[in-house]
Amino acid sequence: MKRRFSIFLCVFVLISSISLRAQTDSEVQARKAALDVAGAFSNEGFKIRDGHWCGKVKPHDHALVAVNLYAGNQYWFSASAMDPAKKIAVSVYDETGKRVTTEDYDAGEKAAAGFAPTNSGQYYVSVDLVEGEEGSFCLVYSYK
Amino acid sequence: MQEEFLAHEILVGNLTDARIICTMIRFVRLGAIGLAVALLATGGAETGRLAPDQLAKAAKSDSISIPTPGELFAALEKPGKTNWSDQYRGPMPMTYRNRAQIALNLGGLIADGFIAVEAKDSQQVKNIGSDIIKLAKALGVSENLLKRGNSINEFAENDEWDTLQEELEATQNEVKSSMQTHSDQDLVILVSLGGWIRGTQVVSGAIMQNYDERSAKVLRQPALVDFMKSKINEVSPQLRDEALVKDVREELIGIQKLVSFPAGKAPSADEVRKVNEAVGKVMAKIESKTIGE
Repeated sequence: MKRRFSIFLCVFVLISSISLRAQTDSEVQARKAALDVAGAFSNEGFKIRDGHWCGKVKPHDHALVAVNLYAGNQYWFSASAMDPAKKIAVSVYDETGKRVTTEDYDAGEKAAAGFAPTNSGQYYVSVDLVEGEEGSFCLVYSYK
Repeated sequence: MQEEFLAHEILVGNLTDARIICTMIRFVRLGAIGLAVALLATGGAETGRLAPDQLAKAAKSDSISIPTPGELFAALEKPGKTNWSDQYRGPMPMTYRNRAQIALNLGGLIADGFIAVEAKDSQQVKNIGSDIIKLAKALGVSENLLKRGNSINEFAENDEWDTLQEELEATQNEVKSSMQTHSDQDLVILVSLGGWIRGTQVVSGAIMQNYDERSAKVLRQPALVDFMKSKINEVSPQLRDEALVKDVREELIGIQKLVSFPAGKAPSADEVRKVNEAVGKVMAKIESKTIGE
């Protein structure tokens, strides 16, 4: 019984580690693709932040991260998701949870939202799955 | 017209048909209610409002939720020309022994690097780059940083200012990631905090010199201070009880109130002065050679 349990445990740990490894690889790919999107805005003088935020986009769920922005700056939030996520959207909400107007870029599994806050403070960036299944994503942002 | 038709069907006395029709009416009504609910829900999504419980679940991380000093300085630069070289400070001691104090000063030095970049002063960038490496060495996190130091010098010599901003942030992240691998993760927030305090000192000082409502609006950051306060509360009890960390934590409570202006309202010149005094007081403690030794 003990032996069977140990074998089961080993198999479980092996599967878990393989799936974790795959998830990490997928996030690395997503980050690379998100940086490609952000790179396009660099030509307009936007500086890309070195930080990033990766996770999973799920159907009917907001992947939400808090950011602190400064009035007077312009920002682009660029995200990319990996298969089986097919289409994502990026949106920005103010500190009260109200969606703000953004300039949007949508290209299937890649999307970006441009925003120039008039008030400094906390905002929320949401990455949403529009089409496809749960998948890894990564978000980066740039400012000028 | 349809109602007359239904009434007629029932009057003829065919009870089975009447039941079917009643059931259909119920389904139609239920369907209509369902559709209305769905439309309302879609309408809600379109008007786009997140509920407080959704906002509370939002992720917060050091690497994306805390802005760099460069972002703060970029916002200040918009309304007018800032004399960045006026914001330099004298050389600081490189002989701190307290790790928390080194981490806080390292953050401050990185903010100084961003100031030198804004001033487009290559010699100052190189001096600060070298100080960053010295302080990082004192924390034992310098192995990969030496390469960063060389890159900073190279970019400064070639006047690559945009790249330098990115390199400074990468250096800061390298320091933090090295701290994490050396089980010094509690110090990471102190680096970010040191950078924010020094950045806010510089920005509030510059606004005081040349008050402008639009510039003053950059000082509103209550949630950011709250986040840093909460991260400090999460560090080990030993570190939290160190005199300098305790002082900084207590001062942050007052600073949070000072940077909590209502959205849309710019702080007055007097309010800016109060912020500058408060962060200046903390900065003096962080720099002090006697505290934390």
